[in-house]
Amino acid sequence: MKKKISELIASKYFSFFVTVILFAILYGVGIGMYKGFMKPQVFLNLFIDNAALIIVTIGITFTLLIGGIDLSVGAVLALTCMVLAWLLANTGISVFAAIALVLLMGTAFGAIQGYLIAKFDLQPFIITLAGMLFCRGMTAVISRETINITNPTFVAMADFRLSVGAGFVSMGVIIAIIALIVAAVVLGFTRFGRNIYALGGSESSASLMGLPVFKTKVSVYTISGFCSALGGIAYALMMLTGYNLHGMGMEMDAIASSVIGGTLLTGGVGFIPGALFGVLIQGVILTFISFQGTLSAWWTKIVVGALLCVFIIMQAFITEHKSKLTAKSSLEENS
Amino acid sequence: MAAALLEMRHIDKVFPGVKALSNVDFTLHAGEIHSLMGENGAGKSTLVKVLTGVYPKDGGTIHLNGKEIYPKTPKEAQEEGISTVYQEVNLCPNLTVAENIFIGREPRRFGFIDWKEVNRRSIELLKKLDVDIDVSKTLDNYPVAIQQMVAIARAVDVDAKILILDEPTSSLNEVETERLFRIVRQLQKQGMGIIFISHFLEQIYELCDHITILRNGELVGSYEVAKLPRLELIAKMVGKNLNDVKDMDKMAEKSVPSDEVFIETNHAASTGQIKDVSLQIHKGEVIGLAGLLGSGRTETAEMMFGLKEVTGGSLKINGKEEKLSNPMAAMKEKIAFCPEDRKLSGIIGDLTVRENIILALQAMDGMFTHIPYSKQVELADKFIDKLRIKVSDRDQLIKNLSGGNQQKVIIARWLATQPRFLILDEPTRGIDVGTKTEIQKMAVELAKNEGMSVAFISSEMDEMVRTCSKLVVMRDRKKVAELTGDQISSEGVMEAIAGGEK
Ligand SMILES: Nc1ncnc2c1ncn2[C@@H]1O[C@H](COP(=O)(O)OP(=O)(O)OP(=O)(O)O)[C@@H](O)[C@H]1O
Ligand SMILES: [Mg+2]
Repeated sequence: MKKKISELIASKYFSFFVTVILFAILYGVGIGMYKGFMKPQVFLNLFIDNAALIIVTIGITFTLLIGGIDLSVGAVLALTCMVLAWLLANTGISVFAAIALVLLMGTAFGAIQGYLIAKFDLQPFIITLAGMLFCRGMTAVISRETINITNPTFVAMADFRLSVGAGFVSMGVIIAIIALIVAAVVLGFTRFGRNIYALGGSESSASLMGLPVFKTKVSVYTISGFCSALGGIAYALMMLTGYNLHGMGMEMDAIASSVIGGTLLTGGVGFIPGALFGVLIQGVILTFISFQGTLSAWWTKIVVGALLCVFIIMQAFITEHKSKLTAKSSLEENS
Repeated sequence: MAAALLEMRHIDKVFPGVKALSNVDFTLHAGEIHSLMGENGAGKSTLVKVLTGVYPKDGGTIHLNGKEIYPKTPKEAQEEGISTVYQEVNLCPNLTVAENIFIGREPRRFGFIDWKEVNRRSIELLKKLDVDIDVSKTLDNYPVAIQQMVAIARAVDVDAKILILDEPTSSLNEVETERLFRIVRQLQKQGMGIIFISHFLEQIYELCDHITILRNGELVGSYEVAKLPRLELIAKMVGKNLNDVKDMDKMAEKSVPSDEVFIETNHAASTGQIKDVSLQIHKGEVIGLAGLLGSGRTETAEMMFGLKEVTGGSLKINGKEEKLSNPMAAMKEKIAFCPEDRKLSGIIGDLTVRENIILALQAMDGMFTHIPYSKQVELADKFIDKLRIKVSDRDQLIKNLSGGNQQKVIIARWLATQPRFLILDEPTRGIDVGTKTEIQKMAVELAKNEGMSVAFISSEMDEMVRTCSKLVVMRDRKKVAELTGDQISSEGVMEAIAGGEK
């Protein structure tokens, strides 16, 4: 039994388990305190409100897994909303062409960042910071004012509701769910996915093992760029505007979600369901605050900050004791 | 003779400050086990890395089956049919054992990885090497020896023309080595060309057909094993004539211990690790801990360094009972421990050789006392000279040294602390023949001249027989015999291990 526990603690999914349990407890307490929490729609709203963040978090998780980072996600999301809004307002192109165009733009932007990082062995932190400033700047250059999206097709898409059980979800949620499934399958069941973990575990080993390090690196940042743009579309569906300050600080929320869900910033450990629950837990705290009624929404940040702190310390503790924990359990196996 | 499988001609490789290879030729035939020999830093691993596209070559040509190849990455080398186990552990600790074996070539169904098949085939493969472990656990759960076996399993499974093993046995015990040799011979029969690098001469003579010797990045020559006696091989490696080599190998008189006891244990036990060990280590004594792997010899050493808790019996230092609850406490008593798996622990790659050498001394003196620069230089230079550490200068980054030279630095680090009790766990693994003797001599000298107590652990029996004044033989985590004086011999130890209590 003791062995089981130490093995569980040493497991790479430990943070994930803690997050899921915490989520369940918070939700349970919510149900106990406020009747409203019982409604299925409250649960579904967690997804509706956070669809964009979920998608962006998926992308950033890819970069964190190889031990990198992508700070440009929030800015790319804002640029996507802005370009989309501008295209729909000022040109006659169809909604689908506009969407395809902005997706292509985000993907290409990610690919360029990835190429620079991989080719010249540059710090992803610096390159994507530059990318972030560039995209924010470009967004402001297109328009300092909010551009409203009034295109009837796009508005219809935004108003679309798919009923599930006693509630409904939006288009953004459908996109997010599809993205989650695709990402989980790619990471879990493809060679490309495994190469990402290998790269995060040890870049030099990955290279000596004959894995395509360069290609994998570029692809990962490309995926992050694509996810940011896709998140941008989900965001635009919710807000129906393009605005320079959209997605401000979203990169930090995404990193926090991913880490709370069990991703190690050093790379090589983490998985998609964890990233999802990382987002959801922030959503639950926000729901709590809105039910409570008097607290400021900034309390979410405070709680998430505290949570992050606890998780990082926990991870450090686990890493330090992992060798001990596992040594013990394997010894017990032998004797 | 049949056409060569691999022909490397006039290979040059320059690193900043070092000419690692100059005009080296190397020829490998199919169905041949070919050893690359040379001192630490001679350029063996560099030749391997040039061949497999890790480093670009600065000159020369490589032909495989008569066709010129230009591998620019290990991936391209693999695609040409060259499978390699590098000297440094080249696996991912965060992936499972099975993933490590199959990554990059996972069996797939409908485009997706077939995890069942991956695990099944991994188990099968490891079984061939007699390794029976849970392949779905991550690699960092297992000791270095297992990791090495996993790396080997990965390399031998691919359908390759050439298999390169760069010091694969430096962390394996005899049994594991024997299993590896069985597999290698099988592959040889299938017509694979095999390059084998090791500092264990017995292994070379047991396994290989051909030897190519490098010295200081230059080719000395290529010989048939049967026609090259050991001493001649050593002479060629170190570049001296035969008589000098014979002198070099001579050991000084063994140390005669004083009557004072430094550390003693009385029926000491540590739950799950050590059952019953009573021993006395005198000042000025070199004591050997002998026994098979898993006999508890490393654990006993670790207990005396505070890494294993004493849960039964007692441990006394200078006649006073002590609870060594952690290494810090042991270091306060001036006990130093040079651990076995130097491959993983100890090397701080981005520090210089000098900084790495004074590291433990600094830690013992406390973080805030400064060791004068001149003293640091003096210490560093002394050990670079004594252990023949091959560096371009003392402020070279340690990560740029050859594998064996990195190990020498770690040994120097512990020797530099001037401890009262020095524990050396497998100090000569991966170290070239010449320096092996040097390290043995140093252990004896420290005991003789400075009255230090030394514990020496090694799997090479003759090394212990030459060095130690007393041998403690362990079996099943218990002390089973103690040999002194004339009793110290390989046969004596074997008898004790086999026969039990006397
Ligand atoms: N990345 C590097 N940068 C600079 N110098 C290097 C680098 N790698 C190796 N060297 C130097 O090249 C020389 C040859 O090193 P190499 O690793 O080939 O030796 P080796 O024969 O494999 O020795 P060992 O038996 O210790 O493994 C050494 O002098 C080493 O310091
Ligand atoms: Mg080497």
